[in-house]
Amino acid sequence: MSSIKTGAQIIWEALVNEGVTTVFGYPGGAILPAYDAMLDYPIHHVLVRHEQGATHMADGYARASGKVGVAIATSGPGATNMVTGIATAMLDSSPLLCITGQVGSKVVGTDAFQETDVTGVTLPITKHNYLVSHVDEIAPTIHEAMYVARSGRPGPVLVDITKDAQQLTTELRWDPSDVKLPGYRPDLSPTPDEYKRAAEFINGAKRPIILAGHGVLLSDATTLVRQLAEKAQIPIAMTLLGIGGVPASHPLNLGMMGMHGEAWVNQAIQEADLLVALGMRFDDRVTGNVKSYAPNARKIHVDIDPAEFNKNVKVDLALAGDLSDVLQDLLPHVESGGRKTWLSTIDDMKGDVAVRDIQNIPDSGHLYAAHVISDIWRLTEGKAIVVTDVGQHQMWEAQYYHHEEPRSLITSGGLGTMGFALPAAIGAKLACPDKEVWVVAGDGGFQMTMAELATIAQENLDINVAIINNGYLGMVRQWQEFFYERRYAATPLLSPDFAKLAECFGLKGVTVDKRQDVVPMVQSARSHEGTVVMNFMVEQEDTVYPMVPAGADLHDMIRRPSLAPIVETANDE
Amino acid sequence: MKHTFVIYVEDKPGVLNRIASLFRRRAFNIESLTVGHTEQPGVSRMTVLVESDAHGARRLEANLYKLVNVLRVHDITPEASIYRELAMIKVATASPDARRHVMQLVDVFRARVVDVAPGAVIIETTGTEGKVNGLLEVLRPYGVLELVRTGRVGMVRGAESVMVESPEAPRTIRLPSDDDEDVSYSV
Repeated sequence: MSSIKTGAQIIWEALVNEGVTTVFGYPGGAILPAYDAMLDYPIHHVLVRHEQGATHMADGYARASGKVGVAIATSGPGATNMVTGIATAMLDSSPLLCITGQVGSKVVGTDAFQETDVTGVTLPITKHNYLVSHVDEIAPTIHEAMYVARSGRPGPVLVDITKDAQQLTTELRWDPSDVKLPGYRPDLSPTPDEYKRAAEFINGAKRPIILAGHGVLLSDATTLVRQLAEKAQIPIAMTLLGIGGVPASHPLNLGMMGMHGEAWVNQAIQEADLLVALGMRFDDRVTGNVKSYAPNARKIHVDIDPAEFNKNVKVDLALAGDLSDVLQDLLPHVESGGRKTWLSTIDDMKGDVAVRDIQNIPDSGHLYAAHVISDIWRLTEGKAIVVTDVGQHQMWEAQYYHHEEPRSLITSGGLGTMGFALPAAIGAKLACPDKEVWVVAGDGGFQMTMAELATIAQENLDINVAIINNGYLGMVRQWQEFFYERRYAATPLLSPDFAKLAECFGLKGVTVDKRQDVVPMVQSARSHEGTVVMNFMVEQEDTVYPMVPAGADLHDMIRRPSLAPIVETANDE
Repeated sequence: MKHTFVIYVEDKPGVLNRIASLFRRRAFNIESLTVGHTEQPGVSRMTVLVESDAHGARRLEANLYKLVNVLRVHDITPEASIYRELAMIKVATASPDARRHVMQLVDVFRARVVDVAPGAVIIETTGTEGKVNGLLEVLRPYGVLELVRTGRVGMVRGAESVMVESPEAPRTIRLPSDDDEDVSYSV
């Protein structure tokens, strides 16, 4: 067999060689040669309805599987439509390979039809990007791009390939040593002295707390984090993206910290004498006012990206390296400890909140988002993959769905991209076809990418979609309620009948507006083969509590009002 | 305070853009930037002058290392270093007297006249920013018609080389800190 291949064929040779089986994309002029060649390779191509969807799907695929997600688009508008999805992956350190077609190299720079400077456009929102205009560069570039995307702190990498490079032929040869990245060094590790100091900090701390972030999942360090917590008896607080890194039911797991974290979690952080930050970056949604953040605590920061150290919060000790490696080497130095006083202090902060249950509230005739999410959690035993959008429902999901497994909450944290959930869930389902996948989205975000219902239908996927429909852009409305005197500018939202809409796509659709109907509906959706879109008509002006207003001190939270119907779930007073 | 960074990068298309884009999006203001080839084929060297506190400088260094094409970053500010820039100044010489005076000033500053035309001369000078500024100041009364400055280039004194080791050798990144104490960790 001849090893002379076209550039288009080499793209797939390289991807197949990298173990890629599924790609998400949309064809067009400048990427047509690659699409033509694709038919001869064992690749499952998912035709999306908008290229933003392709990037979110690849992102969801990556987050659910830990592998690099691959998205493909044509030049110009195809590529620019990817921008939001690339930025989403960048902010959440999700490994993505985006391949875009580019106009022929002879007309690059002439404003040719569907020409955009895509490497220029995506330069600040990719980990790295490439313009490939020669067929010989295709194989090494794709291998290099896959390596860069998944190694170190993962991120999106874009490879823009001119049409003529796809059409020309060359001899296919691939040698991994062709990848030359002399300046790229993802292999960091702390010094023995730093380990020693970290262990001293931990062993000497009376009120330590572990802050577990996305890095715990990205580094597959979930077991090691648990071992550290259990050995030294240190409670764990999680960032939004860290959820799932430690089972919710683990006795040392406090839950989510930050703006909408439970008050006791934030209080514990404020009273701690040591923060052990693992794979998290002290985002402003986590710290509140940095000046008053954890004022009594020494801080150890473990991250693979040294640029995160002292960026937002000044730390006392920084350990640069892959979290799994670092914890592996750190654990032997950590003394087993009882920190009974500290743990019982935190228990006291919780009061009896933890044992109360939303199910015990009498039915007032109102349906609340918390009911819906709590029921989904109960019935799926916290083991489904839940993909959320951005807004109030996202926070309620984080509060009321208690995730037991890693990589089971997929959500846009850093960029806060509305419209993320539905396409990302498609990617997650294709990555884990045997897993139960739920979408929890608001009526606003869902409408941003709902065309991907057609992709679900075409791919014949079984995804359960819960739309938390409150007729408002709820989180913005909540801010308007608190900070703009209830002037609801542009937040009331008209939606189509989502149930009927689902039927138009050949999917099952239902509307639920009574609390007693939630459980039977969730049960029937779970047993139904195929996608069910559930339109939950919930209380319109409901509010996410507790809340640290932007820039306020972390301990200065807006608590749940005592008369709130969901007070029994978490009256944190 | 002003920080002088020496940055070694792979000589590839778009690298200058990546560096400039990083400074812009992390909100650092470049005072001057020069770039050129080095003693090693395929490697370019930049000298970047930035106004920043020590904390910002460490953060910048760490962020520069995140760029895949960046081989080595060295903030040479605290080191004993030689800084130079080159300037060409076109000065009006309205009369023979003026020309004579200008030539005398050029001698005093150990600069050179590289072009003489009726009514103007071009002066070339190399030195620190201070020297160039000084020369400019005394020439201004005659009428500076045109000025071009290269921006700062810098090199650490002594036998050691910033890029002495091969790119594969371990490197040390300094930890960003407020009080610029010499905390470092190896990579």
